[in-house]
Amino acid sequence: METATSREEGPVIEVRNLSKIYGSQDGPVEALSDLSFTIADQEFVTIVGHSGCGKSTLLKIIAGLLPPSSGAVTVRGRAVSAPLKDVGMVFQRPVLLDWRTILANVMLPVEMLRLPRREGAQRALDLLQLAGLSDFRHHYPGQLSGGMQQRAAICRALVHDPSLLLMDEPFGALDLMTREEMNLELLKIWSERRKTTLLVTHSISEAVFLADRVIVMTPRPGMVADIVPVMLPRPRQPETKLDAGFRELVQVIGRKIGVLYI
Amino acid sequence: MGISKTDIGTTIVSILATLLVWEALLWVFPIPSFIVPAPSAIFAEAVKRYPLYLYHSWVTFYEMVLGFVLAAVVGVLLAVVIVYSRFIRNMIYPQIVVLQIVPKVAIAPLLLIWAGYGITSKILLALLISFFPIVVNMVTGLIAIEAELLELCRILHAGRWQEFFKVRLPNALPYLFSSLKVASTLAVIGAVIGEFVGGNEGLGHLIIIANTELRTSMSFVSLFGLSLLGFVLYGVVVLAERLLMPWKKWQPAPQTFGT
Repeated sequence: METATSREEGPVIEVRNLSKIYGSQDGPVEALSDLSFTIADQEFVTIVGHSGCGKSTLLKIIAGLLPPSSGAVTVRGRAVSAPLKDVGMVFQRPVLLDWRTILANVMLPVEMLRLPRREGAQRALDLLQLAGLSDFRHHYPGQLSGGMQQRAAICRALVHDPSLLLMDEPFGALDLMTREEMNLELLKIWSERRKTTLLVTHSISEAVFLADRVIVMTPRPGMVADIVPVMLPRPRQPETKLDAGFRELVQVIGRKIGVLYI
Repeated sequence: MGISKTDIGTTIVSILATLLVWEALLWVFPIPSFIVPAPSAIFAEAVKRYPLYLYHSWVTFYEMVLGFVLAAVVGVLLAVVIVYSRFIRNMIYPQIVVLQIVPKVAIAPLLLIWAGYGITSKILLALLISFFPIVVNMVTGLIAIEAELLELCRILHAGRWQEFFKVRLPNALPYLFSSLKVASTLAVIGAVIGEFVGGNEGLGHLIIIANTELRTSMSFVSLFGLSLLGFVLYGVVVLAERLLMPWKKWQPAPQTFGT
């Protein structure tokens, strides 16, 4: 079991004084302003904030897909200047390839990174088993529901065994019931594979339910309003949401963002 | 969207009904057969001189298929270089559009001068008239990729070839096939225009002869022959699409009214 892997000391991701300014027709727009935080090895951190507060931009900068305007991101002590290799990415939509079966979709990173095929296939099958998709591995994405497609996308993000998992509102396009199921599903996978995970969401309760720590962001320009540790016990269950501690955290974070929960 | 036996039945019955009404109208109204022949007379003409029609159908079929295949090859290659080279795009895309705007009927006589009265000029016309939709659709298919998918390629450090063969090319297949369907029907038109303008073979040539001699039943046999040829080529494209894109039936299809 990979649960046995020991944790590294010190931060894995370090974001220092990060700013991002976009040029637009009406002059420069500041998307992110002076963000600083760190993420430890095997930690599950969620970022919560209003739509348009630059959450996705932040994730892309950490992944090395976008350059920052100022400040820096380091992963394991090395500055990020190009797309990271050791990262799995999950987007809001599954973006599976319509013409590949689920198994072939999960195998895509193995092919592109030219990893050994046999071991890659074994990992793919294990992940599909873990995600409850074994029986659907020879189906095409069009035959699966949105939730199942997104589970396949998570398998694809993990198949090359990256140490870092970045998720950009992965359940934002799903209905509420499916979303709650997916949260449990994700925690199950995470507890087995223990990746350092950074997940962006606009749902406060989702952010609290999943995380070890919640980074709360202000609306435009995005700044760190607060970083809230979540001390709720794991494994989290659906009943966790009835816990007084859970509800208080949701309220505290809601007040910081300016949303009131009665 | 499967095709049921009822669907096919409806089509066949409606075709038969049209022919019956046509035949009946000619019984009722005294229209001379050299103006509109009855379906029975057309059928009789086809049976009586079938070696003639078979030969000329083969010539036209040969021209249109060759023109179509060349159009597909040229169209796909042009689309690839247009997508990958800004320089080549600026150089040839405007010229392709200008070429498309010029009516092919108008350049057919020139092509005959250049390529002769044989089948080459017909193949070239079929190619010219049918390659444009292939280029345009293929270009769209190669660039209409979800932004996240391209980000995924970057994260996976996909090379240009990997991105092309694993993402762009398969993504373009549905676009390619819908343009091939259009092109298959255009290729017939191209071949016939060539035969109209000059030559001594093919169904288009037969139509010209039939018209000068007022043998309308001969015209009609040639016309039916032409639509049959177009239909066969179209059918082959549809069949190839089903074989090459087994996932297509699971892709969200446009909704149709009724059941």
